[in-house]
Amino acid sequence: MECERVGHRELDVIVTSMVSDSHTWNLVFLQLLLEELGHRVTNLGACVPDELVVEECRRAEPDLIVVSSVNGHGFNDGMRVINGLRSCPELMGTPIVIGGKLGIAGVGDGASARALRAAGFDGVFEEGASVEAFLEFLESLSTRVLL
Amino acid sequence: MTGFGRFVAQARAAGELVVQPRMGMSDPLVMRDGLAATRRAAATTVGTITLDSYTRTGEIAAARRAIDEGVGLNGYPIVSYEAGVTRAVLSGIADAGFPVQVRHGSARPEAIFAALLAAGLDATEGGPVSYCLPYSRAPLREAVASWERCCELLASVRGTGLEPHLETFGGCMMGQLCPPSLLVAISVLEGLFFRQHGLRSISLSYAQQANIHQDEEAVAALSRLAAELLADIDWHVVVYAYMGVYPQSPGGAQLLLDEAARLSVRTGAARLIVKTTAEAHRIPTVAENVRALESAAGVAAEERRAGAHASVPDTGLYAEARALVDAVLELGEDVGRALVRAFAKGYLDVPYCLHPDNAGRSRSRLDAGGRLHWATAGSMPIASMVEKGRSPILGSSELLGALSYVQRTFDRRAYEAPAGAGISVSR
Ligand code: B12
Repeated sequence: MECERVGHRELDVIVTSMVSDSHTWNLVFLQLLLEELGHRVTNLGACVPDELVVEECRRAEPDLIVVSSVNGHGFNDGMRVINGLRSCPELMGTPIVIGGKLGIAGVGDGASARALRAAGFDGVFEEGASVEAFLEFLESLSTRVLL
Repeated sequence: MTGFGRFVAQARAAGELVVQPRMGMSDPLVMRDGLAATRRAAATTVGTITLDSYTRTGEIAAARRAIDEGVGLNGYPIVSYEAGVTRAVLSGIADAGFPVQVRHGSARPEAIFAALLAAGLDATEGGPVSYCLPYSRAPLREAVASWERCCELLASVRGTGLEPHLETFGGCMMGQLCPPSLLVAISVLEGLFFRQHGLRSISLSYAQQANIHQDEEAVAALSRLAAELLADIDWHVVVYAYMGVYPQSPGGAQLLLDEAARLSVRTGAARLIVKTTAEAHRIPTVAENVRALESAAGVAAEERRAGAHASVPDTGLYAEARALVDAVLELGEDVGRALVRAFAKGYLDVPYCLHPDNAGRSRSRLDAGGRLHWATAGSMPIASMVEKGRSPILGSSELLGALSYVQRTFDRRAYEAPAGAGISVSR
């Protein structure tokens, strides 16, 4: 759109949990947050099977994929799901982030976040100040994309 | 009567509140230690085996892989271990003086029911609605069919002289921001479903919300409905310590648990499921669970000595719950089919629940004192009873504010009265 603010773009975002996680308040919150910033959100809901995450993302080719998990299996499930996503040619370059409570023992020493990045996530936002860091990431993303 | 129901009834007759942890670990030896520690705790306890999320969602291969690779799970994968392993976990610990319940969260729990029966257990919980909507994307119709089969399987062990026990999870649903009348109604409807499918010993849950007086009224309404509709079977009320966003400070978490213990005693509930000071952060340790059990038992004993009983002013909660139950029962003789129809019509509509079979037109609101109200009742048959003029929670920061109301309130109380930490006294 012509009158769009320079350097700012509305993103098509997929928000999703993973197969074993049924928590949804995190998903409702993330959807509202993203919509308030003007982005368009498709929320895949709770307990999303690996194949469904991949299928929906390939079909929609979103500008950003946000994976949220708080049940403590997020690291384990995330390592598997990112492989599935990154092995699709359409999604090789798509920004994909993960956040929430990713292990069962509280916030770790950063080793699991590093492993998730190495496996292909562009951002890992664990607990604490995670939302602010995510907003910065979003800002850089919606600017970067247009320029 | 034998088993879980009888143990709770006897404790109740003796004036003791039964306290129970939420506890599940992937390693059988750690699980056994947890059960042994629960039994040894200085309180009248029953044991819990909480299952992991892979087992809950039927991802049995993933649970198996996690065990093989030594990945820590958020619960005990009962389906993945041979029945002999679980029998060994229980051996010498679970008996008539220490019944053990399996807690899961599965919309289609056939394999879980088979595994717990094979391990010699006969007490579990859930329900066709409460283990579908908040716990899965399975169609409600399928969850109902599955829970019918599972109830009948569980009830069939009565032939061997046991009295199996099943608890509703309907009094919790999403854990937070659901006005109590709907929680009470779903809990009762699930109890009626259990009875229809052969159970004779059940418990009805109610999860602590954000205002003690509203909670007292809710538990009173639940007991009254149970007395009216389930008089021909054994039932008791179980209170869950708060199931939403928990206080972050140990003191705040403790004060909230203290209040749950007082709520249980004042309302004559028979059993309380505790939460620990780790709740906001991670899976609790066995020691944290034992501390929670013992402190809750301590506060309950104190409250009993004080002789306080809830004097419950009627704000219309019972009438609302009764209207919801009646509207569902009018949809058919068969409770399961009536529940499916009720959700399709929006007669039951859980606020903020994303499940595709939930209408999603109702919205709630917290007032300044923490009482939950309807902002919109959607198509629920209580519109005429709902006070008009409350606006729904809007936007992400208002949602977070409402979700963290209890956390904020209790963290502040602990901060302002630090001396109250530990086993605190009632004020
Ligand atoms: C409510 C609740 C439930 C409800 C959920 C209802 C529903 N459908 O949503 C019920 C009762 C059903 C439930 C069930 C279970 N729960 Co629960 N639950 C909670 C509780 C109390 C609050 C969670 C909540 O609603 N938070 C509000 C939302 C808005 O915040 P949030 O989820 O914390 O997310 C925040 C951040 O993490 C961040 N965030 C999240 N995702 C992302 C992603 C990105 C990209 C970014 C940037 C940020 C971000 O943003 C949010 C705002 O700050 C927490 C404990 C607590 N916090 O007090 C436990 C908790 C999350 N549950 C837990 C568990 C384990 C379960 C169960 C597996 C049962 C069990 N074994 O105990 C089951 C789930 C079954 C399954 N298949 O997964 C554990 C997880 C343990 C861990 N990670 O170490 C917790 C921490 C409790 C505990 N201490 O044991 N639960």
